[in-house]
Amino acid sequence: MKFRFKRKYLCIPYFLFLILFVVIPILLIVFYAFTDGNGNFTWDALVGFFSSTKKLNVLLVSLLFGVLNTIFCLIIGYPIAYLLANKKYNTNYVIVMLFVMPMWINFVLRTGATRDVLNWIGLSGGEHPYVATMVGMIYNYLPFVILPLYSTMLKLDKSQIEAAIDLGCNRIQVFTKSIFPQSIPGVVSAAMMVFMPTMSSYVIPEVLSEGKIVLFGNSIYLNYSNYQWGDGSFMALIMLIIIGITMLATRNFSENDNGRASTW
Amino acid sequence: MVKKIFAYSYIYLILFLMYVPILVLIAFSFTNSTYIGEWNGFSFDLYAALFKDKEIMLALGNTIIIAVISSLVSTLLGSFGAIGAFYSRKRSREVMENLNQIPVVNAEIVIALSLTVMFVFLGNMIFKNNIFSFWTLLIGHIVISAPFVYLNVKPKLAQMDPSLYEAALDLGCSPRQALRKVMIPQIYPGIISGFLLAITLSLDDFIVTAFTRGPGLLSGEGNIETLSTLIQAKIKKGPIPMNMRPLTTIIFLVVLVAAILITIYRNSTKGKTKVRKGRD
Repeated sequence: MKFRFKRKYLCIPYFLFLILFVVIPILLIVFYAFTDGNGNFTWDALVGFFSSTKKLNVLLVSLLFGVLNTIFCLIIGYPIAYLLANKKYNTNYVIVMLFVMPMWINFVLRTGATRDVLNWIGLSGGEHPYVATMVGMIYNYLPFVILPLYSTMLKLDKSQIEAAIDLGCNRIQVFTKSIFPQSIPGVVSAAMMVFMPTMSSYVIPEVLSEGKIVLFGNSIYLNYSNYQWGDGSFMALIMLIIIGITMLATRNFSENDNGRASTW
Repeated sequence: MVKKIFAYSYIYLILFLMYVPILVLIAFSFTNSTYIGEWNGFSFDLYAALFKDKEIMLALGNTIIIAVISSLVSTLLGSFGAIGAFYSRKRSREVMENLNQIPVVNAEIVIALSLTVMFVFLGNMIFKNNIFSFWTLLIGHIVISAPFVYLNVKPKLAQMDPSLYEAALDLGCSPRQALRKVMIPQIYPGIISGFLLAITLSLDDFIVTAFTRGPGLLSGEGNIETLSTLIQAKIKKGPIPMNMRPLTTIIFLVVLVAAILITIYRNSTKGKTKVRKGRD
């Protein structure tokens, strides 16, 4: 039988690659989370996680940082995205690029720079670990909020906003009844870009709090360096479940295009 | 008017704050003081020292090699994956979309850990050896960047006129020729933007690199050191090393030029699409 080329065959290599290096590794994580060193089934990692106040504390602090960082970034980034997308205030795409540019400078270097400057002005991680880490987080994730919000704001229905004004809405009502509801998809995808990466970040808390704050990412890293596959895998599994829940919860709101992919 | 001034000051204030750490590093790259905040007079000493700093140069070389190779492979895999999925039946397309979405939404640390666990498993079970090397690192970088190439190519496929490919076939092209001569040129912008995004993702990566690297490349016997892992190792112990400051200036300038080029390209393509619309 002669092989006939069809376009759909082109995805076979990528399909195999994804199965081999994405799906199987995740299955292995699940396997390691529920087995001991000899491959026997065990609840040890699960029991260990939920009976350790230290680990539950890590979960709580991570969630707290995730939520706070998302809120701060949205509060700072929302007006910027609105102003940048509004022709009355900005028609220059260079300014939008300037807000994106930090994303392309090595982020470990940026984090180190942020810490050194905070040290210089007397806000060192040793003395103020929470403030320093929060500042570092906002620095790193602000561009990720501005981009998806900006692309949503570009699509705002101007006539609806004008109609709201004509029909007698005051400024606050225009915002709450027209602008904000229209921008919800952008807000959701922006929140997704920040919340989960913040929870699982490793470098930022490690560097900015001088090791005083341990988030999920640091905890997994620590388990990995100590060869505690079971505990590390179980925490990774919890991370996966949290991601899954947020994906399901925001499914109906978020836009299809990914903020990071729409950079270009 | 007042509103406008208020808006501009807010935009520029946040912009300024965002750049403070980088600008401080750049400013202090022109003096030879050990600590930031201490000015020893203007000099280019650190720039001369940077190019003689073997450690940084090795890491820079490794970083660039990995970024280029991993983005090329990612671009091939991701683009072909997107084309193949786009022309598959609905069911298989959905499977591909969902698979592709996993690394996009997954936490980097989970990707890194899961790959490491598998490489250890494979090493123990099949190769009977430690398999961490350049190859495992390369796979790690492809996993984080190929899905974004896919996402960049997909919309271009949707925008393409489907009859073009058929026309090429009718006019005597083999399917392979039609792909090369008609389809690839049509989705080229998506492929290029995917490639560039893959490069930035690879250059920036720390976690996956730290987990999946092994000995090799310019690092020889030692674990492959990239800029991210080198800087991380340094800043764990103290402030950013003096010689990294001029490196920041150089990276900043490269990124600035890239941003300007993208803006110019964007403005030029904007004009083109308008013309096309007018003719229709």
